[in-house]
Amino acid sequence: MEATAIPGGDRGLPARSPLARLPDRALKYGLTALAALILALIVYFFIRLVGQARPAFAKEGVFGFAFGNDWNVSAEHFGALPLLVGTLVTSALALLIGVPVAVAAAVYATELCPLRLRAPLTVLVELLAAVPSVVYGLWGIFFLAPRLQGAEQWIADRLSFIPFIGGGLVTIPNYFITGLILAIMILPIVSSISREVMSTVPADHKEAALGLGATRWEMIRIAVLPYCRSGIVGGAMLGLGRAIGETIAVTILIGDAPKLGSHLFAQGYSLAAVIANEFGEAQGLHRSALFAAGLVLFVLTLLVNGVARLLVVRAARQRHAEPAREPSPGAPIAGAAAGA
Amino acid sequence: MSSAGSSSDLLARFDVSPSRRRKDRIARTGVLAATVLALVPLVLIVYYLLRRGLGSWSTTFFTTDPTGNTFFGGSSIGGIKSAILGTIEIVAIASAISVPIGIGVAVWLVEYGKGSWFANTVRFFVDVLTGVPSIVFGLFVYIVLIVGTGSTYAGYKGSIALALLMLPVVIRSAEVILLLVPGALRESALALGAPRWRVIFSIVLPTALPGMVTGVLLAVARAAGETAPLLFTAASTHLTTFNPGQFMNSLPVQIYDDVISATPAVEHRAWGAALTLVTMILLLNLIARLISRRSRLA
Repeated sequence: MEATAIPGGDRGLPARSPLARLPDRALKYGLTALAALILALIVYFFIRLVGQARPAFAKEGVFGFAFGNDWNVSAEHFGALPLLVGTLVTSALALLIGVPVAVAAAVYATELCPLRLRAPLTVLVELLAAVPSVVYGLWGIFFLAPRLQGAEQWIADRLSFIPFIGGGLVTIPNYFITGLILAIMILPIVSSISREVMSTVPADHKEAALGLGATRWEMIRIAVLPYCRSGIVGGAMLGLGRAIGETIAVTILIGDAPKLGSHLFAQGYSLAAVIANEFGEAQGLHRSALFAAGLVLFVLTLLVNGVARLLVVRAARQRHAEPAREPSPGAPIAGAAAGA
Repeated sequence: MSSAGSSSDLLARFDVSPSRRRKDRIARTGVLAATVLALVPLVLIVYYLLRRGLGSWSTTFFTTDPTGNTFFGGSSIGGIKSAILGTIEIVAIASAISVPIGIGVAVWLVEYGKGSWFANTVRFFVDVLTGVPSIVFGLFVYIVLIVGTGSTYAGYKGSIALALLMLPVVIRSAEVILLLVPGALRESALALGAPRWRVIFSIVLPTALPGMVTGVLLAVARAAGETAPLLFTAASTHLTTFNPGQFMNSLPVQIYDDVISATPAVEHRAWGAALTLVTMILLLNLIARLISRRSRLA
C-alpha cells in the first residue's frame, strides 16, 4: 500500500517527472481539503446558529430560556421549559416502550428463532426504518390515536391516584401517543445495534453456559446479555438521539399546545415541533427564540449521541480485544470444555 | 447453534427442575411475544396505507397538480404531480451534491487519512452529523442561504439541506465498503508502477462500486422521506416547476400540509401521497438490497 516503502531496495523509487506526479498531489490535497471542509462547515454552522439565537438568550438569559415555564409568542415571553419537558417525556416514553421490545426482538432473532426465519425477521424490523416520519404522523393521528383513546382514558382513570400520569381528560394528540409512535420509530435502530452486538458473543461463552446445564433463557441471561450490556445501552442512546430530534411525527401527534401538559395524556409541545410549527410565520425575537430552541436541540442530541458512540465504540473495542486476551488456539468447543 | 439448542432441550427434559423449566418457557414466550409485537405496527401501517391509499390512486391523481382549494373538498383538490416531480428533482440535486463529496471524503479517510488524528477527528464529526436532527439542517440552510443572502425559499436550498443529511450516510457506508477492498489489489497495482490516483480511480473505486451504490441508494431513500428540512428551505407550493431556483413542492411536505389542514378529502389525498412515497422508498430499498446481495465484497 505504501509506495514509499520501496526506497530501501536496491533500485530505489522509479523516477517520475514532477509533472506526472502532479495529479497525485492534486488528488491528495483536494481530498484532504474536502475532509477539512466538513469540519469547517460544522463549526461555521454552530457559530451562525449561536449568533442567530443570541437575541433570545440576551432577553431571557440562557437559564431563563431553557427553564422558564412560559412560551407566549404574542407577549414575547420565551421560556422553553414546556418544550424541553415535552421532548424529554416523549423520548423517555419511547425508550421505556421501545427498548425492551427491540432487545427482545434482537434476542429472538439471534438466539431463539429458527435459522430460516432469521433473515426475513431482520428485514421486516428494518423496514420500519424505511417508513418516513410524516407517514408515521399520518398513521398515528388518523389511525392509532383515535382507536387508542378509549384505552388511554381507561388507564388514565385507573391511575388517577398517580400525579402527572392519570386523572385527566385524554385528548387525541397527547404525550403518550407521541411516545408510542417514537417507540416504533426507534425500534429498528435499537434492534439492529443490539443484534449486531449479540452476534459477537463468543460461542464459547454460550456453550459453556449450556454445558453447565443452563436452560436457553439462563444462557441468554448469564452469557449473552451481560456481554452486550454496553452495546445495548449505546444502541438505546442512539435511539434516544433519534427520538429527541424527531420532528414531523411529533408535531402532528403532540398537539402543539405551548404549555406544560398536566398529565401524561394531555397535549404538549416539543423543541423540534415548535420549530416546524412556528418558524414559517416567526419574526424578530420569536424567530431568534426558535433558533435558540434549535440550538438547545442540537446540543442535546450532540451530548446524547456522543455518549452513545462512546459506548458502541467501547463495545466494539472489547469485542476486538477478546481474541487477544484468550489466545487459545484450540477449537471453540475444546475451549468451552476446558472452561467447564 | 442448533445442535446446542437441541442438547439444552434434552437437558431441560431430564434434569432441570420444573420451576426453572417454567421460567425458561415463560421467558421464551415473552421474547417471542415482544418480537411479534414489534412486527404489528409494520403490518398495520402497510395494511392501512394500502386500504386508504389505493382508493385515491388514479391517472388524474398522478397527472394533476394539487389545488389550494382545500377547504371546499370534493373532487377539486387535484392530485400530486408537482409533489412527485418536486421530490425527484430535490433528491436528484441533493444526490448530485452529496455523492461526489461523500465518496471523496470516504476515499480520503481510507486511502490517505487512515488512523491519523485528523482522520479520526473527521470520522468523529461525521458521526456527529449523523445524529443531528434533520430540522436543524433546515435551520442551518435557512441561516446561510436565506438570512445570509436575503433571498427566499428555493428548491435547490432544500436540496442542500437534504445533501447535508445524506452526507454522513454516504461517507460511512462508502468507507465501510472501501475498507473491504483487499490491500493486495492496491499493492499489485502500485508494484506495477501505477501512480496513486490511477490506483484509486481504476482499481479501488470500480471494485467498491456496487457496494457504494447500495449505500447511496439507502441515503437517497432516507432523504426522500424527510419533511422537516424542506419546510422552510424549499417551502411548499402547488405548482409544478423544473426551475430549482423557485419554490418547490415535495411529497413529504404535501402530506404534512394535508395532515395539518385536515378535511376528509384532503386526508384522502394524504393517504394516496403517502402510499406513493412509501412505494418509492421501498423500491429504492429493494434495489439497494438486490445490488448488495449480488456483489458481495470480501
